[in-house]
Amino acid sequence: MRRKSFAKTFALLGFIALGLAALYLFGGLGARENWGYNISRRADILVAISIVAGSVGVSSIIFQTITSNRILTPGIMGLDNLYLFTQTIIIYFFSSGGSEMISGGLDFFLTLILMLALSLGIYLYIFKANSGDVFFVVLTGLVFGIAFGGLSSFMQVIIDPSEFSILEGRMFASFNKINLPMMGVSGLIVLLAFLWLSSDFDKFDALTLGRNMAISLGVEYDKVVLKSLAAVSLFTCASTVLVGPVTFLGIIIASITRFIFPTYRHSVLLSGSILVGIIALVFGMLATERVLQFSVPLSVIINFVGGIYFIYLVLKVKRV
Amino acid sequence: MISTESLSKKYGDKFVLREVSASLPENKITAFIGCNGAGKSTMLNIISRLIPASEGCAFVDGKKVSEWDSRKLAQNLAILGQNSHNSARISVEDLVAFGRFPHSGGSLAERDFEMVERALKMTGIEDLRGRFIDELSGGQRQMAHIAMSIAQDTKYILLDEPLNNLDMSRSVKIMKLLRKLAREESKTILIVIHDINFVSFYADYIVALKDGRVKYEGSSEAVMKSEILSDIYGMRIEIEEYKGKKICVYYQ
Ligand SMILES: Nc1ncnc2c1ncn2[C@@H]1O[C@H](COP(=O)(O)OP(=O)(O)OP(=O)(O)O)[C@@H](O)[C@H]1O
Ligand SMILES: [Mg+2]
Repeated sequence: MRRKSFAKTFALLGFIALGLAALYLFGGLGARENWGYNISRRADILVAISIVAGSVGVSSIIFQTITSNRILTPGIMGLDNLYLFTQTIIIYFFSSGGSEMISGGLDFFLTLILMLALSLGIYLYIFKANSGDVFFVVLTGLVFGIAFGGLSSFMQVIIDPSEFSILEGRMFASFNKINLPMMGVSGLIVLLAFLWLSSDFDKFDALTLGRNMAISLGVEYDKVVLKSLAAVSLFTCASTVLVGPVTFLGIIIASITRFIFPTYRHSVLLSGSILVGIIALVFGMLATERVLQFSVPLSVIINFVGGIYFIYLVLKVKRV
Repeated sequence: MISTESLSKKYGDKFVLREVSASLPENKITAFIGCNGAGKSTMLNIISRLIPASEGCAFVDGKKVSEWDSRKLAQNLAILGQNSHNSARISVEDLVAFGRFPHSGGSLAERDFEMVERALKMTGIEDLRGRFIDELSGGQRQMAHIAMSIAQDTKYILLDEPLNNLDMSRSVKIMKLLRKLAREESKTILIVIHDINFVSFYADYIVALKDGRVKYEGSSEAVMKSEILSDIYGMRIEIEEYKGKKICVYYQ
């Protein structure tokens, strides 16, 4: 029973990813004198969406595994709205009179810490309070998500206009307006979080069997789950700061990955999810920029497709 | 040795396990009996650290369960819970191989493969090895889970109603296998069984729970008595001798 390595699948996906990336980089470059500028800008965007793909893919797969379900992802649980809310609070309280005292890195850092605390609190509350009822968990997540979305809109209204302009730059990132200056920090966080988790990939395999079996096999369940949830929050911060919230991206990436790689082994699933994510996003960027000429934002397409798929999943599965 | 010291468990303010102190014999099959809700699973789950105790503690080899390193404990104690069946999309072979996880941590060595083969063979499910567990019958899935616990190759094996879903011949096969493990490989086996005649034939020691307390405890011989069993199950149970073994008759 030597284990399947999926080498061919990886090679194929890698090939497709590279092909799409090349198409994105060099397709329709326009006038010769703009080439240099265009290519370096596009390269930046490629790196940024790879970071997003990696963090959304990895966090979604891990989240599904530790909560033993195939429907929920951090995005659906409203974690990216929580990020926006946290960011608003930080700017509201720390950036007095629009002074740039809180600039780029520091406020992101503060947001990270507050976000970690808040999200862990909410998770613990949700998953301790009810075990296994997926509808309850989805509802609670959605309610939290909407509540935080509403709260941050409210605070954006009462906030000082000059502070709002700082906020605007930070918060209204999207695929059309990627927050490239944060790329370095965000990429670093994703990399560190990934390394931090890499020693636990085997434990995630055992967690596929559910809480009791994992404990029975010697996994320190509470510790691993808490650590993973913390990492999931970090991943969410890192991707939301770059492209804003994309609720249903995670479910698309996770489902396609689990379909292409029918295995419980997370070393395969997690690397697979990164490739799948990159392919999906680069393809989406090509479609919105070159075919649809920016007429429809990518996040709208993703949420449309992912949302319909999500409804299908909920109707099909009913219980975790 | 496995023992407990005034072990209690309560949900809300209702005690479901009350001041249980017991020490269970080594290298024997110990059967836990009692009505539904008597606290059998609760006791096994606390001993195997699946749930925390409310008061008191359980000891494995003299060390509090909560103080064991989880992986070390998993190398010494396997638990197959009553409801821990899963239907993830995993092949039988891979499921059984998970039994080696505490020893190998994910990357299997030659010895691990041997143990997996051995467990498949002992339980007689070699023909199922390539099947996915979500596509098995209830009994087949139960056998795969038992094989996984056996592959874990631990000194203590805790099985909560392992005969669920099994036909008579498989039930007998499993009980014989457990007896062999206890006699020949010095395993200590804790098992919850509802079929009292299986207890009579295969268990060496019996712990009888009623309303969260250990009401009777002792060798099979001592506990298999009509008045004791009638009290435990709250119904008339008569005992007949058959070829030197006791058979309980409770069908009316
Ligand atoms: N999570 C829980 N919350 C509240 N009460 C519980 C919980 N788990 C078990 N109980 C209660 O504890 C008591 C003992 O349960 P336990 O599972 O130990 O019974 P059991 O002896 O294994 O029964 P069975 O033969 O039906 O498996 C029962 O009354 C049950 O209702
Ligand atoms: Mg039980």
